[in-house]
Amino acid sequence: MADVPTNAPIECPGTQSQQAGKVSACNGCANQQLCASGASLPPDPAIEIIKQRLQTVKHKLLILSGKGGVGKSSFTAHLARGLATNEDEDIAILDIDLCGPSIPRIMGVEGHQVFQSMSGWSPVFVEDNLSIMSIGFLLSGPADAVIWRGPKKNGLIKQFLRDVNWGELDYLLIDTPPGTSDEHISIAQYLKGAGVDGAIVITTPQTESQIFPPTTGGGRQMAIDMDVPFIGKIPLDPRIGKCCDEGISYFSEVPDSPATKAYKNIIEEIRKFCASKPANDASEVEN
Amino acid sequence: MAEEGAQKATGKIKSVVLILSGKGGVGKSTVASQIALELANGGNKVGILDVDLCGPSIPRVLGLEDKDVHQCADGWIPVYADKNEKLAVMSIGFLLRNSKDAVVWRGPKKNAMIKQFLSDVVWGDLDYLIIDTPPGTSDEHITVAENVRGLNLTGAVMVTTPQAVALGDVRREITFCKKVGIPIVGIVENMSGYTCPNCSECTNIFSKGGGEALAQLTQVPFLGCLPLDPKLTMSIEDGKSFTELYSESPTALAIREIIRPLITS
Repeated sequence: MADVPTNAPIECPGTQSQQAGKVSACNGCANQQLCASGASLPPDPAIEIIKQRLQTVKHKLLILSGKGGVGKSSFTAHLARGLATNEDEDIAILDIDLCGPSIPRIMGVEGHQVFQSMSGWSPVFVEDNLSIMSIGFLLSGPADAVIWRGPKKNGLIKQFLRDVNWGELDYLLIDTPPGTSDEHISIAQYLKGAGVDGAIVITTPQTESQIFPPTTGGGRQMAIDMDVPFIGKIPLDPRIGKCCDEGISYFSEVPDSPATKAYKNIIEEIRKFCASKPANDASEVEN
Repeated sequence: MAEEGAQKATGKIKSVVLILSGKGGVGKSTVASQIALELANGGNKVGILDVDLCGPSIPRVLGLEDKDVHQCADGWIPVYADKNEKLAVMSIGFLLRNSKDAVVWRGPKKNAMIKQFLSDVVWGDLDYLIIDTPPGTSDEHITVAENVRGLNLTGAVMVTTPQAVALGDVRREITFCKKVGIPIVGIVENMSGYTCPNCSECTNIFSKGGGEALAQLTQVPFLGCLPLDPKLTMSIEDGKSFTELYSESPTALAIREIIRPLITS
């Protein structure tokens, strides 16, 4: 074994073994903690494959929020539809919320199927320049539950990144589940090689809202506190929820509402951000 | 040892109720805390266990944000929300140094924490243990489902909002319960309509009636609707008991209606 240091204890499993730092021979070894932390493991070969696969994707954006139900998926869907109004650009959504995939419903493609070809999984197309991949397309029915622990979820996320044939894309929007756990750690790790342009953080309480009263100063204050740019806010409009439920485009239904204007401004900001592309930055949207 | 601990800690709990929802932000923690407060007001001894490790909201919802958990010879002593020690609370929020700390953990670490919560907390005698969960059907849920077997599990209360998008996720959660054998107490439709405090006109911001329709479709009891009530949000922020302050409001009546099946069972 090439990865056994010359001064290692006898029976050292090797620094690149899955057992590194964990077997009885490691007890007392000066490097036990380092080995057990996984720092000595070779990088997952998938990271390099994912980098190759996503070379045709110009901009990759993550949509995040620690809290559920703040409108991550609805924002992602609107961002995608908004960007797709430019027919020269190709947009895709990757939905990695495996236990609660809402993107298929919001985009009006519930019940569609994913096809496999020589070049990988083909995403589902909503428009000529807007495609989607979600676990929702792989389930047998709307009542089907994905009861998976972490490792299985990581496996599917890896597959989504490695095996989906996106083709040439200008924007890949990645919609995530709430929290800071397996899905988030995995997506960050797998995209290490390919690189992410930035993350858009969604939050709720509006300062002027009567329905969800202001209690903390809202998203703008948080953006100032945490030193991230605040890129806009979207008012509560019952028609947004209705359009999401029916899977139709809010922009074409209600082209001149305040929310549509807010979305357009935010989309413009995001375009500018991606064009300037300072890597690994984050921005914030209040919904 | 752990097995023994689980036996010891849980033998004294008369009824365990899970609060579940596939979707996030539908008000699980709010409903959990209101159910617990109302049960405690009725003279019961109640515990709330918050197993949402990445987004613990129970401490905030109950106005206990800066409290600490203490350790004694038998285990962790929960935080009490009232002077009479009728409402005991345990959450990972009490173990974090400040509210901005993020718990970036993968499954196995979360599972170990939940097992510890279930076995090492010194609840004392409880009439009800309300377990508040994160959204989804993953590690936390599987671990809770595995570890509440053998306890006096009354069942799960499903919280949803009226939109079709939320209902889709809750439907999956119902499938989860059926698969792992957790009985379902019923469905609560939260944020069901908003009565404007100025003009009293009712707006269905997130539509209405979806929860009841889902209950019929999946043949699960429907427990009731909770309207969007700014007074509820404000009393939560002030750390006051909503059902005591506004005991005759429609929302308080609805909460009482929701806990009825928990009392009788």
